[in-house]
Amino acid sequence: MRRAAIVGLLLALGVIFATVALNYRERTSLPPLAEAYVEMVPRELGALNVITGILLAYRAFDTLGEVAVLFMVAAGIGLLLGAGSKAGNAAELQREEPEPSTEIVRNGADIMVPLIALFAIYIVLHGHLGPGGGFQGGAVIASCVLLVLIAKPDYRVKLTQLSVMESLAGVSIVLVGIAGLVFAGGFLDSRVLPAGNFGSLVSAGAIPILSILLGTKVGCELSVIIERFRA
Amino acid sequence: MISHAVLVTGLLLLLIGIWGMLTQRDILRIIVGFALMGTGSHIVIVAVGYVANGTAPIIDGALTVTEAAERAVDPVPSALAVTAIVIGLAVTAVMLAFAIRLHAAKKTLSIDAFADSKW
Repeated sequence: MRRAAIVGLLLALGVIFATVALNYRERTSLPPLAEAYVEMVPRELGALNVITGILLAYRAFDTLGEVAVLFMVAAGIGLLLGAGSKAGNAAELQREEPEPSTEIVRNGADIMVPLIALFAIYIVLHGHLGPGGGFQGGAVIASCVLLVLIAKPDYRVKLTQLSVMESLAGVSIVLVGIAGLVFAGGFLDSRVLPAGNFGSLVSAGAIPILSILLGTKVGCELSVIIERFRA
Repeated sequence: MISHAVLVTGLLLLLIGIWGMLTQRDILRIIVGFALMGTGSHIVIVAVGYVANGTAPIIDGALTVTEAAERAVDPVPSALAVTAIVIGLAVTAVMLAFAIRLHAAKKTLSIDAFADSKW
């Protein structure tokens, strides 16, 4: 009975998806909204990467909400897996000496961690010039932390410092947003700073600043989440 | 043409993910099914934004400002996909945290062990 229901549901979904795929026609031109974005981001914001322009200017409020969701998840996982919870205590009691990682992993981490960190900074700083941005760079920073945790099992991530950094970055994003409200067109308007030379590292108004703050915040949050899962 | 292949891949991943969530009895496998479903939907979103013979909406040597409106793909689905990936990560992290708590309670990850209702 249950099996028949599952097969029926999957078949129905399969038929719907097949109809969608068969009726899909590739676009030959941009829809009006996309066309407006593609033209407005380089002209008004001075950013080369249209997607970053959308994420950090026109839809920046949405990005702020997204960062709030990430913060909520980090806090919720702290509640579920943190030191105060029963599972956390049980894990604390059972915890054996962490097995040391092999020499290959340790040496590999020693070489790779600085390179990964450098690459993360590059991604964050070049968010408005090429593929990249705060979220992507923050995720790369967190992968760096994960590699350190694998290579050195007794390494403790400093949760307090990460929380302080994360809160400061969050407050700064809101302050930049309020600056936009006062000195430019609206909340999180990136035109509070001059657009600068089109295509140079310091350009596109407040977008690089927002990118750096976002990268810091996302990196800290993901690192806290990774640290919580180590138990 | 290429977006057709990408769209079909995404839809197949969606189906596989839903199948996994409905049939598997192990909580970790259900979470993997959820992650597959999420990935499939991201691929579908990006595929739908493709414009024939388009390139990434990033102004550089291959795409000048003047021809951007003709040759760039739709940037809106890509921006939405970034949002969706982050939220998907957040949801997966919460699911994994709950899996850890459930395992601590019953020492197993099979959902058959969690048949008792609380109310």
